[in-house]
Amino acid sequence: MTATIVEKIFSRKCGNEIRAGDVVMAPVDGAMIHDITGPLAIQKFYEMGGTKVFDPKRVIMLFDHQIPADSIEAANNHVYMRKFAAEQDIYNYDINEGVCHQVTIEKGRAAPGEIVVGADSHTCMYGATGAFATGIGSTDMGFVLKFGALYFKVPETIRAEVSGKFQDRVGAKDLILAIAADIGADGATYKAIEFTGKTVRKLDMAGRMTLCNMAIEMGGKAGIVAPDKVTWEYMKGRRKMKPFDLDSDEDARFAEKRSYTVSDLDPQVAIPHNVDTGVPVGKVAGTHVDQVFIGSCTNGRYEDMAEAAEVLGKKKFSPGVRVIIIPASRDEYLKTLRAGLVEKFVKAGALVEAPCCGPCMGGAFGLIAPGEVSLSTSNRNFKGRQGSTEGKVYLCSPATAAASAITGEITDPREV
Amino acid sequence: MATQKNIPVKSIRVKPRRATENMRAWKFGDDIDTDAIIPGRFLTINNPDELAKHAFEGTRDEFAKNVQEGDVIVGGRNFGCGSSREHAPLALIGAGVKVVVARSFARIFFRNSINVGVLPVICPEADQIADGARITLHLGEGYLEAGGKRHATEPVPAFMQGIIDAGGLVEYAKNLKEAPVCTR
Repeated sequence: MTATIVEKIFSRKCGNEIRAGDVVMAPVDGAMIHDITGPLAIQKFYEMGGTKVFDPKRVIMLFDHQIPADSIEAANNHVYMRKFAAEQDIYNYDINEGVCHQVTIEKGRAAPGEIVVGADSHTCMYGATGAFATGIGSTDMGFVLKFGALYFKVPETIRAEVSGKFQDRVGAKDLILAIAADIGADGATYKAIEFTGKTVRKLDMAGRMTLCNMAIEMGGKAGIVAPDKVTWEYMKGRRKMKPFDLDSDEDARFAEKRSYTVSDLDPQVAIPHNVDTGVPVGKVAGTHVDQVFIGSCTNGRYEDMAEAAEVLGKKKFSPGVRVIIIPASRDEYLKTLRAGLVEKFVKAGALVEAPCCGPCMGGAFGLIAPGEVSLSTSNRNFKGRQGSTEGKVYLCSPATAAASAITGEITDPREV
Repeated sequence: MATQKNIPVKSIRVKPRRATENMRAWKFGDDIDTDAIIPGRFLTINNPDELAKHAFEGTRDEFAKNVQEGDVIVGGRNFGCGSSREHAPLALIGAGVKVVVARSFARIFFRNSINVGVLPVICPEADQIADGARITLHLGEGYLEAGGKRHATEPVPAFMQGIIDAGGLVEYAKNLKEAPVCTR
């Protein structure tokens, strides 16, 4: 019987044939909690009668949304979680490593064929490793901490097949914004999105993470890329695993198949206040920007920093724009630093901050005032997402963000 | 340890009645995201009553001021999209809202709501319900009544009904010795 990659992952875990639509209590290989959703998850764990977590080695804890603590309340939440980590013998990355999703993948805590949950909607990013990964709420996470398993309704899969070669300065972020515009903000609700095709096979892990990260912006339960040479190469040194085959059967039952060609794809910009509004950059070129943010789990990797630096060249950022650049993790920060890009960005007029979520969630720093415009490489442009509900957030790639930071208005990165 | 304000509080046990009567509707549109329900800057708060003071802040400021115990939220498509923050249904609980009716829900919000005791009701004709309308649920019979008109509602998946009947996932989990792993 044929199966999708998601059906195969659940079937492997449970040792019997599981298909989309089945509701199954499946064991999880990893469970991630951070400083926003963690305190509630821990509280729920206790309320459920939990005393010992199912397996401390499978719990991933770190702080990234409000670090270093930006309020006494945040500091209290951190204290509460540290105490839990000590009590339960959970290794806590604390404020030291960066954005949860980047760190989880980097540390090898999501791998091909695994089921990983995180108390954060962008957990779907781990699908870049060939894992089934999905975001859950704090009460579900409390249940996972206690039992090491959770009820899943196994999702149907939308297969997105991508072909063609990107133009210069166009990449994974432009592709996923175009796919989101095509599928719509709820077009993949309760479904997994599998990214496949020659273009995806050629993407590096950074690009695959950008794609899978934004599956949730279409309502998706998971994004996934079948593991291949690129994946297994990335897993080396992170996990001791022997490569194995894991991919959807060509004749598996998909919810639908969609195909995309990137050869003519222009840089995309999602306009306020929804993510599924991507348009070619030319349509909004000239829009004044007050703040540019390059970072987040979506686009905070070294590859993103390098792309921005290439666009920057020897130019300076516009003095009228606040440019905030945040590599997503300690590793990505170090790579950026060693390549000389931190100095380059700082000299060009940017603030380069330590790894964290930064302005993406609008909870810590980098908020915008009424009437202001933020251009951001992050994943959401909801009203009020980065501060005032009377501000506006546009989403784009690192290349477009860098080009626009130079000119002070939304700019096609091919034109600077 | 943490200040009183900030200690995550005990879940409120809510067992929705089969028919909930004469509830006032607060009408919202499509794609109401969890940032609209509770903005990111309030997520250090874990107490439903405190969260409720900021529910829909900046989106619909009169909500927090005027909402009353037993009111119901009516949304369009994709209600609760975005973040997995459970603070969103908790803010509604704090505001006294125990039922959300919408044409469709985002997955995580739907499940979080059931887990914490807010009942999400799928009603394909929710957009026909007027702001301020009086709503009575007849979920056992598969409909709700709003402004004198009947609108069909959809049943929740069986495994989720089990969680609702238990009074939320915490109560469900309390009675569970071990998880029935890999049973369907």
